[in-house]
This record gives sequence, structure tokens and C-alpha cells, in this order.
Amino acid sequence: MTRPTRPTISAAWLAVVSALLCIPAGPAQADAPKQLRVCGDPNNLPFSNEKLEGIENKIADVIAKDLGMTVAYTWWPHQRGLVKRVLNTRRCDVLLGIPRGYDPVLWTKPYYRTGYVLAYRKDRKLELRSLDDPQLKTLKIGVQVNTPPHDALGQRGITGDNVVGYQLMFDSNFHAEDYPGKLVEDLIAGTVDVALVWGPIAGYFAKKKSAPLEVVVLEDRPESGNRFAFDISFGVRKSDQELKGRLEEALARRHDEIKHILEDFGVPLLPAAEEKAGGKTR
Amino acid sequence: MRFKSSVVAVIAVFLPAAAYAQSAAGDDPMSLQADDGQWALPAKNYSATRFSTLNKITPENVKNLKVAWSMSTGTNQGHEGSPLVVGSTMYVHSSYPNHVYAIDLTKEGGAVKWKYTPKQDARAVPVACCDLVHRGVNYANGKILMVTLDAQVIALDAKTGKELWKVRNGDPAKGETMTSAGLVVKDKFIVGISGGEFGVRGHVTAYDINSGKQIWRAYSTGPDEDLRLAEDFNAANPHYGQKGQGTSTWQGDAWKRGGGTTWGWYSYDPTLNLFYYSTGNPGTWNADQRPGDNKWSMTLWARDPDTGMAHWGYQMTPHDAWDYDGVNESILADLTIDGKKLPVLVHFDRNGFAYTMDRAKGTLLVAEPFVAVNWATKIDKKTGRPIEDFSKRTKQGVVTKDICPNAMGGKDQQPAAFSPKTGLFYVPTNNMCMDYEATEVKYTAGAPYVGANVLMKPGPGGELGELIAWDATTGKKVWGIKEHQPCWGGVLATTTDVVFYGTMDGWFKAVHAKTGKLLWKHKVGSGIVGAPMTFLGPNKKQYIAVYSGVGGWFGAPVSNELPTNDPYAALGAVGLADKNGLYKATTKGGMVYVFELE
Repeated sequence: MTRPTRPTISAAWLAVVSALLCIPAGPAQADAPKQLRVCGDPNNLPFSNEKLEGIENKIADVIAKDLGMTVAYTWWPHQRGLVKRVLNTRRCDVLLGIPRGYDPVLWTKPYYRTGYVLAYRKDRKLELRSLDDPQLKTLKIGVQVNTPPHDALGQRGITGDNVVGYQLMFDSNFHAEDYPGKLVEDLIAGTVDVALVWGPIAGYFAKKKSAPLEVVVLEDRPESGNRFAFDISFGVRKSDQELKGRLEEALARRHDEIKHILEDFGVPLLPAAEEKAGGKTR
Repeated sequence: MRFKSSVVAVIAVFLPAAAYAQSAAGDDPMSLQADDGQWALPAKNYSATRFSTLNKITPENVKNLKVAWSMSTGTNQGHEGSPLVVGSTMYVHSSYPNHVYAIDLTKEGGAVKWKYTPKQDARAVPVACCDLVHRGVNYANGKILMVTLDAQVIALDAKTGKELWKVRNGDPAKGETMTSAGLVVKDKFIVGISGGEFGVRGHVTAYDINSGKQIWRAYSTGPDEDLRLAEDFNAANPHYGQKGQGTSTWQGDAWKRGGGTTWGWYSYDPTLNLFYYSTGNPGTWNADQRPGDNKWSMTLWARDPDTGMAHWGYQMTPHDAWDYDGVNESILADLTIDGKKLPVLVHFDRNGFAYTMDRAKGTLLVAEPFVAVNWATKIDKKTGRPIEDFSKRTKQGVVTKDICPNAMGGKDQQPAAFSPKTGLFYVPTNNMCMDYEATEVKYTAGAPYVGANVLMKPGPGGELGELIAWDATTGKKVWGIKEHQPCWGGVLATTTDVVFYGTMDGWFKAVHAKTGKLLWKHKVGSGIVGAPMTFLGPNKKQYIAVYSGVGGWFGAPVSNELPTNDPYAALGAVGLADKNGLYKATTKGGMVYVFELE
């Protein structure tokens, strides 16, 4: 492994050295990192895998190309310990697809917004539009435990035998059988009637199986504690302001290409939060 | 030279003892616990009193205590529990990767006879809650029985440190880890499991100490056959809960992720042939999602060690909404209550109440708050249930302010001691409250979700810790010593009325058992979260030993060097540890200190 290049630090040092020697800071260009060092999940489609088939793998390629870099991966399951043991120990520099508000990292301006969805087979003709539909008191509902829709069910008193819990914790290296898409596959197979699941997961597995699924994005109601929609950003170490800036510029330049990738993977896209609020987008 | 007797004399005295030990008779925990010259069980004896009749160190001469020797354990995370002394060997354990050292006490300053480091699965490290601690090893019949962070159960030859067998008790990739010392009863090593925050379904399991074969496993939640409920379960107190409730007090399949992990301390009554332990919080942290009592999380259990069958269970905190893991130790004593001498169990719970139970029948006798408590006004003695203040119950999407105690509890794992001489319990306590809000954005495997933010704050008066002397017959505090940091270390009481405990800012203290008067203190290298012990050296001098090595939940910010810019980190510990000066009061580093009279 090559010694990690630290843009912030090397830039700072160059500035100091330049000041001391009174030479122009020209060589900084030559020192710019050649690699976009991504902390990737080895086996978590639709987001990322070692065969580079995921959304984040494709987006990483686009951004790296824009910045004149190549992508170098450190593979680590995206679960507890990721930031502390991988990103902050400088094994890699960028996390793709993290939610804005995720405190352990510095996040970029969001590049898309999506949410939790309610999905069911079209042939069931359930006509479900929200979590307040009384049918949900009896239908078999698959949901990942401790996620916002799971909490919302609890608020509505839907906690009985009709709720089937799926584990949120997923170690893609060692328990591939627990992969998040299992819930959507169970929905397609008819093991559950309704799935409450993160939008990109629903979109991808529905598309992959060419399954006729009705996918309803849950209405985001943060004021009632039902937060279903999230802005998605890149995450870098808290000290990496400079890298954050360069990534944001590249994300803005490649906006259309990225949107195309997301659509290609069936990600239900929501208008950016700023747009909704009537502000400017970027 | 510290050990005054010559090496020749030591050999002369100890060879016969060693030979005797090898013959296996008297080398079992049941026999060893009776000898106060040794400290062969994690809590000294099966009653878990951490009390010794050694009497050479007294209130008068304790001021002359000096370090005899000390030793680095080679790891920097929190050092909970105590070393063991069996014969002339001390067994020292460390935090992850769980080194074990056998120290020859006949050598000046102690010499390493062997060192053992288990091969571990590094996946256990990121999933371990609250620092990479370990609470000690067990000795039985020439073997060291231990668990590892990555959930293995291992037997070693106590003479050589060679592995005799190892088995897997859990899967770290599913969030299952192990930190508790467990307990050997007869020919079984009884162990628990950690990982409640991942929805691990808790259980206790007995392994044959000779082969590692699993004998039985009893779950904390689920169907009766998994719970292993005896015919007469709760016969004396049917209102505490009966058969069927391991599933009926949950909705849907939530019991499968029901938590109730078992990472605390274990005690045993040989006369009743019952062992005692208790279970942690229910699996899904959001209480709204699991209506019902969520039995048998937060429960004191009495089980038969031979079969694992439960004879009684008493749930302290039904439908927990605060993370008040019920895993603290149960100390066994015979106390006179209302004129009757009874075999009791005394338990100081995270929820802030101290429980005195009839340990034969499982009947609640006394339940009083031992710290500032406001989530409940009292425990109804008739029903056994807390009378809750519902304004302090946490709810999804709502900020609940100033709940006392905080999630770390009125007392965490740090074990108390009981002196039959004074009749008092010596209890290390925390004085902290919390604000609880479900707003923090978290992320796993591609998907965001919202978790709880816990903001820890000082309790009434502002000092975060207090060592208290407690009368368990009436449920009253007799005296207390305020400490600036939470009292996260255990306690040792001796027959001479000296009580030893350590503080997180690194002071090792001796106080008078009757008054709490400070008799002696010594600053050690790192904050103390371990429990002191005492033994007779080969030279027949009395020694006191304690681990130094700050850590555990409250200490993790220091042992893991967590940055102070995120007060909610380490489940809320960072902010308060920083504000309370812990970062400046101590530094990390695992050591064992051995003290003797000058």
C-alpha cells in the first residue's frame, strides 16, 4: 500500500514552506492526489460490491474521472466501526452515499434525496397510499427493525403478529444471507404482503426481478417524528475541508450523469430539500 | 526484596501445597472459596461478597501501605474485575485481546510463568459496546476458564497456559460478544452473552469444564422450553409472571430480537443449589415498538446449575425505556428482616433501586432508591412493579428531559461488597441524569435511520459519584463519600473494617467501614474501574491488589481517545466525561498494582 496522501496537510505544509523560502506555491499541482480512495462495502448491492456493480461504484468512477483520478477501494462492511476504524485511520478518504446529518463525518452538499417506501405487489391491488391505511393492521408487513417506518408502525400501534422484523445490522462479509434486499425478495415471493424499506433497495430489487411492484414513497413528516426522507451526500473526515470542496465541485459538474445512474438503478428520487423550500439548488 | 522469606523457605512451604492441589481434591471453587489466603473466584466467593477475613491490614496500619510491585498488562482499554490468586500464582487478565498472565508470587516482584493470548476474530472489536473490557477469569480443578470478546469459551491448563479446549458461544458478526467473567459451578462453566444493542437474544449457557461440551442453554425471551422454566416457576409469587410470558409480553416476533443479555456477574447458593444472575434491556431500543412487559428482560433469575431450569424470576423494570440493563451483581447474605433471619439476595440495579429479595422463594422484601431516582416514585411491594412517573418515560420523537438515573444507571457493573461484620453493603454509585431525544441520524449498510441521542448530565449536587454504605434490611443509606467522577470501580471489605475502592481519576482509597472516614489513598497510573482483592503471599503477608486502567462506558472517551467535539459519542459519555474533567484527571493504560504494609 502506498503512503496515503493528505491533501490538506500537504497543502498546508507547502504554504508554510513557500512562505519561508519565498518561492511560489506552483508545485502544489504536482502533489494533488492521483487516487480517489473510497471506503466501499464489498457486498451490498445496490450500493456497492467488489465487482464494482453498485450505484456508488459507478458514481465513484464518474467523480474520479472528473477529478483526473483513479478509484482505489478499501473494502469494509458499512456497519458499526466504519468511520472510527477505517475512514479516520486513513485507510480511505471518502464514504459515498451517507445521509446528511450523519455526525461522525463531514458531509458534502447532497447529490440526491430519497426516502423510505411502502411497496407491495401490483397484482394484490391493495391501493395503499400511507401508513395510516387501516389495512396495515392486518396485512403482513416486513420491515427492518429500528428504522423510521418501524418506529412509525409503533406509533400507530401496529406491533402485532403481522409485523415481521428484519435485522438492520448487516455484515456483508460474513452474513450475506441477511442482505437488505431479502425483504424485497420476500415481498415478491409473497412471504409478506407489504414491505417498508429504504427506497433504493426497493427500486433495485424490483427492477432486477422485473417485478410489478407498487412503490409509494412515504410522506416525510419530521414534525411528528416520522422522518422518512434523507439527503444523501459523500462523507469525508472532519478535517478534510479541501477534499469536500473538490468533491462538491465535481458532483455539481456531473449532476446529470449521476442522476442518470440513479435512475438506471431504480432509485426513487425526491426533489432536493432546498428546491422544495424554494431556495436555489446549487 | 519484597517477599521477606527466602526462596528456599518458600519452596519448602509451598511444594506440598502445590502437590496437594494437583491431586484435585480441594482444588475446586467450592473448597477454594473458603480459604481467605486465596482469591480463587471472580467475586472471592459464591456469595459474591468480596469480603475477606484477612486481618493484618487494619484501620490503624493501613496508612503504611506501599506498592510492593506493579505490572503492565500490555493493553490500554478498561480493566474491570479482579486478578485471581490460587496457591502461589496470580492470574492477571487484560482488556482486548484478553491476555492472561500467570504470575509466580514466590519470585520477588512477581515473575511471568506463562502468558496466553487467545486468537480472536477482529470483527468483534467494532461491535463491542462501551469499550473492550473483560471482567476476569475463573479457576477450577487445575484449569483456567475464560471467555473472549469474540465470544469464545476457553479452558487452559493453569500450570502451563496451554489450551485444553475452546468452543464458540456466539457470533460477533451478528453483534454477539462476551465480556462477563461467568462462574464455575461444580463441573460446569456458566457464561453469558453481550450485544443487547444489536438485538442479540440473551442466554446463559453451561459448558462441561472438562470437555467444553454444551450441557444446557437457557434464553431470556421466547417460548417456555427455551426459557427452561421449572414446574414450580414463581410458585411463591405467581403475580411476578408465569409461563407463557416470554412470548405473550411481546407483540409479533419481537421476542426473537428481545435482548435480555447476560453480561453481568453470577453468584451461587450451594445449599439451595440455585445460581443467580440478571438480564439486560429489551432488544429494540424504541420502546413504542414493543408494547408489553417484554419479559424476561431486566429480570433477576434463580436457576438450577445442573439443569438450567429456572425456579423464580422477578422483572425489575417492565417495558424498559431507559436502557437500565438489569445485569448488576446479586450478593447473597443472611439478614434479619422484621425479626426473621432470611437467606437474601441484594441487588443494586441500574434503575436506581436496591432490591432485597428472599433468594429461596424469590419474594421482594425491600426495594428503595439508593441514588436520585425520578422515573418511578417507588416499587409497589404487593405487585413488585414500579410506580412510574410517565413524564419521564422516553418516547419516539419526543425530548424527555432530566431523567434520573441516566442510562449508565445508579450503579453499573462495578461490584459492591458486603461485610457480615458490619452488616452493611459498600456500593459504588453514579449520580447522573439524562436528556433523551430520538433525533440522531445514523447509517448502516447503505440505509439511514434515526437513533436516540442521549445527553448525560450531573445529578443533584453535581458530583458524579458516591461510595455508600447501605443497610439492606431497611433500605437506608448509612454513610456516603462523594466522588467527583462516577464510582466505576468495585469494592473490597475486610474483617478489620477496612473498605477499599478506586476512583476513575486514579485514587486507590481505604476508608473505615463504620464511618467512611478516609484512612489512606494512593494515586495509581490510570483511573480505576476494577475491583480490589486481597490475598496472603507465599510469605504469609497480606497483600491488596487492584487493576488500574480507565475505561468502560464512562471511561471509554479516555481509553479510546475519543475527540471531545461530539458530546453524544460513546452513547453520550464523551460530553459529560469532558465537562467533568476526566480527560485531564487520568490517562489510559492497564496495570495491576500490588500493595503491602511497609
